[in-house]
Amino acid sequence: VMASGYSAKEEDGHHSGALGPAGGAAVRSRKPDNTAFKQQRLPAWQPILTAGTVLPAFFIIGLLFIPIGIGLYVTSNNIRELQIDYTGTESSSPCFACSQNYSWNMTTPCVCSVSFSLDQPFESNVFMYYGLSNFYQNHRRYVKSRDDSQLNGNLNSLKEPSKECEPYRTNDGKPIAPCGAIANSLFNDTLALYYNDPNGTETQIQLVKRGIAWWTDKHVKFRNPVGDDSNLTAIFQGTAKPVNWQKPVYELDSDPENNGFINEDLIVWMRTAALPTFRKLYRIIEKNSSTSPTLPRGNYTLKITYNYPVRSFEGRKRMILSTISWMGGKNPFLGIAYITVGSICFFLGVVLLIIHHKYGSRSSSADLTH
Amino acid sequence: MDFNAIRNLISRYCTGEENWVDSRTVYIGHREPPPGTEAYIPQRFPDNRIVSSKYTFWNFVPKNLFEQFRRIANFYFLIIFLVQLIIDTPTSPITSGLPLFFVITVTAIKQGYEDWLRHKADNAVNQCPVHIIQHGKVVRKQSHKLRVGDIVLVKEDETFPCDLILLSTSRDDGTCFVTTASLDGESSHKTYYAVQDTKSFNTEQELDTLRATIECEQPQPDLYKFVGRINIYQERDEPIARPLGSENVLLRGATLKNTEYVYAVAIYTGMETKMALNYQSKSQKRSAVEKSMNAFLIVYLCILLSKALINTVLKYVWQANPNRDEPWYNEKTESERQRHVLIRAFTDFLAFMVLFNYIIPVSMYVTVEMQKFLGSYFITWDEEMFDDEIGEGALVNTSDLNEELGQVEYIFTDKTGTLTENNMEFIECCVDGHVYVPHAICNGQILPGALGIDMIDSSPGPDGKEHEELFFRALCLCHTVQVKEEETVDGIKRGIHQGKGTSFYISSSPDEVALVEGMKRLGFTYLRLKDNHMEILNREDEIERFELLEVLNFDSVRRRMSVIVRSGTGELYLFCKGADSSIFPRVISGKVEQVRARVEHNAVEGLRTLCVAYKLLTFEEYQDICQLLETAKLALQERDKKLAEAYDAIERDFILLGATAVEDRLQDKAADTIESLHKAGMKVWVLTGDKMETAAATCYASKLFRRSTQILELTTKRTEEQNLHDVLFDLSRTVLRQHGSLTRDTFSGLSNEFQDYGLIIDGATLTAVMKPDQDGSTGNYKEIFLEICRNCSAVLCCRMAPLQKAQIVKLIKFSKEHPITLAIGDGANDVSMILEAHVGIGIMGKEGRQAARNSDYAIPKFKHLKKMLLVHGHYYYIRIAELVQYFFYKNVCFIFPQFLYQFFCGFSQQPLYDTAYLTLYNISFTSLPILLYSLIEQHINMDILKRDPSLYRDIAKNSLLRWRIFIYWTFLGVFDAVVFFFGAYFLFDNTTFTSNGQMFGNWTFGTLVFTVLVFTVTLKLALDTHYWTWINHFVIWGSLLFYVVFSLLWGGIIWPFLNYQRMYYVFMQMLSSGPAWLCIILLITVSLLPDVVKKVMCRALWPTTTERIQNADKLYQGHLSEFTPLSSLHASHHKAADAHHLNPRRSEHPSKKLMYTHWGGGADYCTFSSSFGHLGLHSAYSWGGHETSV
Repeated sequence: VMASGYSAKEEDGHHSGALGPAGGAAVRSRKPDNTAFKQQRLPAWQPILTAGTVLPAFFIIGLLFIPIGIGLYVTSNNIRELQIDYTGTESSSPCFACSQNYSWNMTTPCVCSVSFSLDQPFESNVFMYYGLSNFYQNHRRYVKSRDDSQLNGNLNSLKEPSKECEPYRTNDGKPIAPCGAIANSLFNDTLALYYNDPNGTETQIQLVKRGIAWWTDKHVKFRNPVGDDSNLTAIFQGTAKPVNWQKPVYELDSDPENNGFINEDLIVWMRTAALPTFRKLYRIIEKNSSTSPTLPRGNYTLKITYNYPVRSFEGRKRMILSTISWMGGKNPFLGIAYITVGSICFFLGVVLLIIHHKYGSRSSSADLTH
Repeated sequence: MDFNAIRNLISRYCTGEENWVDSRTVYIGHREPPPGTEAYIPQRFPDNRIVSSKYTFWNFVPKNLFEQFRRIANFYFLIIFLVQLIIDTPTSPITSGLPLFFVITVTAIKQGYEDWLRHKADNAVNQCPVHIIQHGKVVRKQSHKLRVGDIVLVKEDETFPCDLILLSTSRDDGTCFVTTASLDGESSHKTYYAVQDTKSFNTEQELDTLRATIECEQPQPDLYKFVGRINIYQERDEPIARPLGSENVLLRGATLKNTEYVYAVAIYTGMETKMALNYQSKSQKRSAVEKSMNAFLIVYLCILLSKALINTVLKYVWQANPNRDEPWYNEKTESERQRHVLIRAFTDFLAFMVLFNYIIPVSMYVTVEMQKFLGSYFITWDEEMFDDEIGEGALVNTSDLNEELGQVEYIFTDKTGTLTENNMEFIECCVDGHVYVPHAICNGQILPGALGIDMIDSSPGPDGKEHEELFFRALCLCHTVQVKEEETVDGIKRGIHQGKGTSFYISSSPDEVALVEGMKRLGFTYLRLKDNHMEILNREDEIERFELLEVLNFDSVRRRMSVIVRSGTGELYLFCKGADSSIFPRVISGKVEQVRARVEHNAVEGLRTLCVAYKLLTFEEYQDICQLLETAKLALQERDKKLAEAYDAIERDFILLGATAVEDRLQDKAADTIESLHKAGMKVWVLTGDKMETAAATCYASKLFRRSTQILELTTKRTEEQNLHDVLFDLSRTVLRQHGSLTRDTFSGLSNEFQDYGLIIDGATLTAVMKPDQDGSTGNYKEIFLEICRNCSAVLCCRMAPLQKAQIVKLIKFSKEHPITLAIGDGANDVSMILEAHVGIGIMGKEGRQAARNSDYAIPKFKHLKKMLLVHGHYYYIRIAELVQYFFYKNVCFIFPQFLYQFFCGFSQQPLYDTAYLTLYNISFTSLPILLYSLIEQHINMDILKRDPSLYRDIAKNSLLRWRIFIYWTFLGVFDAVVFFFGAYFLFDNTTFTSNGQMFGNWTFGTLVFTVLVFTVTLKLALDTHYWTWINHFVIWGSLLFYVVFSLLWGGIIWPFLNYQRMYYVFMQMLSSGPAWLCIILLITVSLLPDVVKKVMCRALWPTTTERIQNADKLYQGHLSEFTPLSSLHASHHKAADAHHLNPRRSEHPSKKLMYTHWGGGADYCTFSSSFGHLGLHSAYSWGGHETSV
């Protein structure tokens, strides 16, 4: 056998050749098993897509999609939405002055106010968004310029931020908290809304700043670092504020539950938008009485503390007021798409019915009978 | 290849000059010859160590890695991985490194394990003890310490440790028996001869006194060739020189049988043994599907490059505005700013490449390989391809070609042993025109009282009587049959039933056994060869002894063999038997005409005929012959040529004795198989060494030629009358005329009058056709020949040499359509064509296993070819075609949204999906369903495929991987990708879609697209699946569920080892939004819609044959195969040229009826074989009778 050990294949050949009648038992074991799997005869369902079988599916899709689409479209149409562009690039705009003479280290904030009127009242909760255009939050260099473990309260990362944060990692040798380009460019306009009563008085509308970020972000993903001291100021000792910020992270809000890394404006900003034109939730105007609308018909003034420069990259800034339904904000796309697809399916169903009637029977049964 | 040649050259230079010497001198027992004989040139030889392992412990890692990265795909992925490591790329190196690492590791482990096994085997071989004679004593040594010149003692059933020259054996006549089953697969016993002058040295002491040298050629791989010379020195005398031939050489790997012991001297050791030299892997065959796959790959590579290029260019156009390149909120680092713009552009280009590289995934290669490897098990598991007689099922040697089985256009089959049983039965003999038939033979068994002789003709006169006995003696003497006196023998077994124990005739040629056995039934029994004397028991129960003087062995060029014997009375006879064509020209007297008539008659009946002739030699003539042979045998150079010349000179001026006829029965269901293959659109060519008439009869019997087939002959007989040029042109005119009229006829409904053609060509004519033109003007014979062949439904090539078979295969393989060829054969003479054809199939036949071992697939019987091609081939083809197309499709779907996203993220290479999704998409989310599909999909029931061979035409010419279909899939992928991306885009378009007013970010966007993507591609496969077993349900729904569960888990935890938590709760937040669900459902529907509509429309309006049968099968709920005439389902509007093939009822039914009347009743077949064969074949021949009259 010494030669046949030389190669496995040869050994096989040798043995099977030499076995002959002596290897009766071995021969039997070589016979393949007669199992359904090995013989490729597993019981199986063998569907075929023919006009006949697909027809019902098309009609069902058509009948389901068209009502859903109509429902979505109507819902979307019932949503109130108002957008106000306050970028101020046009000279007629009230914020023109603010947008023109802007510099980062301005001591006195520039404030401008825009008036608008609502023709129809906004019922139920109203959501206030700010919108930015031509702002590439989804640029790769920007998206990765953050340190999630720092934002999660990791003390090591607080002192030694991730390299991804470059060039917003350190300032004057001190680590920046929160580091990175995203945090550095936090939207810092302040929007305030006033209702102009027909009698001339201006009432400020209560804006709720809680509940604008994902619950899991606020409570799990973002956490303030915990030190010996419960005082945030002490914990952030030794870190620098982001270059473009006017105040450090521990002074973002007076409410300790909304300060530091768990400031909801920061959290919202840190969730980078998918597209260069985006909006982010800014405040919520809660409905406070069941009788009167949240925002009654009438005139309003939007007062903007203009801090955020967008002119350099040809961006636009907007304030959006919107009510929300179960399907979110105003978006006719889904409704229209559902109606279209449903109709197409229905139409195709009819076409297939004709085809099936004309050709389907011929191609199978007719051939069999002749 | 070339590399090897260079390596050889280098190694020659390195090891010194002695390797340049054309022959080597071996000193037997390392004893120097008496001084003064020759200048002693010391030569170094390698030791007897066998190294089959590729790696050592130290070089495994680098060498294995090198081997693996030589594969272009692995190298590509390595480059991508390195690029990711070096430059700042959008995706982490893990995404491509992990799969690559996985693939490389698995392969390395597999190869390492295999090599470890080889090491173990090598060690076992190298440390195996051998017995060496040193100083008159037997010494045990380890095999690897054996050196050239050592005298070795080998005992019965031991294997030879190296290549040896046989010095002496335990048998007095100096012969020994050897089986070379592990070398060439021939399990029969072969006789080897000791050198005549040393055979008396058969004890250790005697051997110690032997002084001799051996001169022989340097090792070469041909197992059957050896030339050498032994010089034996005796006291003071001139040395005696004796020739050494392959009959003296015991090869490593062969086993000693039936001989107690032998002494032999080592001449080639270790890696220089013929076995080691023969050990080389076959050249890699690549399937047509693989070629298409590579072509598609190049297209995708171009798409990839252009995508990267477009994005890079657009990026720099877009960035021309510095406020876009570097807005205040997103500044670059100092080092990035200082980098040269060209370097930046190049890195960007590479980064885009990396981002889009998933379009060519590693996993495609892995999946294709797994599919092929695992899929091939279904062939070996197939019970229907298991043969109880041999006790073996089909074997897969190369799983790379599974799908090629579904693409075969030309089948080249051997006749003997492939179409026929190779179970020879002596039918009759004819002496001087008198016919002798041993009667009452049934199923190869002899009935009692079988010694009678049936005379058909009148009894011959006294002169005839003498001739008759001479004829019988001739057949008893002129052969190389051995008698084996044991119960069990490997190989061919035949009972002799002598009353004194059971003996068998064994021979490498079944014809010879049949002849000797036939002679026994006619009263002359060959008993044995003893002391060079052949013993025959004649009719009077007397033992006649003939001294065997010379054997002129059979070879396929001469097609005859001769023996020279001395009778008891001292007369010298030369008996010769061989093919009629090689005997008749050498005959000078005898009843040539009668014998020739009988031979032709028998040949027409499909019997194998041999002619027997003799001549009486005078002693002087014998002396001359001995002289002639001796000089030829002693020649060191060109010995074969000189031997052939000597044989040619000796074998002439014969007196014709008679002829024999041996029948080789058609294999079970061979005709049915050929008919099916024809219907499947394959062209079947029979390539045989047999003579034309025999082969033609077999062709009729196997329905290769039908009654209606018009036979075109291209044989020497015709080319003698006309010159080749004219014959060729005439034939092509006939064929083309018919072809032209055919197209008209089919339209006028006259297609049933179509004539199909069969061509017969013989070896000599083929050589003339293939010969490169001498005068230049008639150079395109080949083209004309091919043109004729193309229009013939069947071609028979007879009188073929093995190399000619390969030549024919090559000719067709490289003709302008590049058809896929399949060669099937059972013998060593078919190996060349098996290796040449795209797919080589070996039959585990009686002529050893060489064909089976060299083949890509081995099957027990010819009939299994039907299932192999029509069922397995068909399935594998549709499976792999879908696999390849689907893989490209799903990766277009995967990557194209990323490409689109670049337009919305400032061409910053921002990936759309999370790293985990990028990595796992091809590895786990979408890999199993397609792998399973490609293993168990059955679009049509197995039984229908077998019943209706014409379904094979639906997949012919690589039809599922045509560019049109590839482009359709690619566009479907692009369409789906656009739907995913813009669907999500419009949903996200500057609005919210949650009921709490909160916003989603870019990761939610990607996850939404990805979710739709995973569901769409999986459901697309589900729609394509026609065979839903529980495993399909499990895998398809399971992998969707896995995706959901994984996403929940992946987003459910703050992963401590990650430096980003971007996916945290993204998936769950998305699912908490109603519109996201609605959008997912909508997008999946929209993506699947066009494909479904296209499929349904095509099926209803332009159904293929496959689809018609699927519909019908559906109608009959899977019982179609039991009672529906499938042929009636066939498309009525097939292309004109195909019409005649697809309408089997018209042309075949009458012929089938005829066949049944003649050939029916298989059980009684052989009993009435002569009468029925006569009838059937007579009519068969008359069918073919109306030949072309050009």
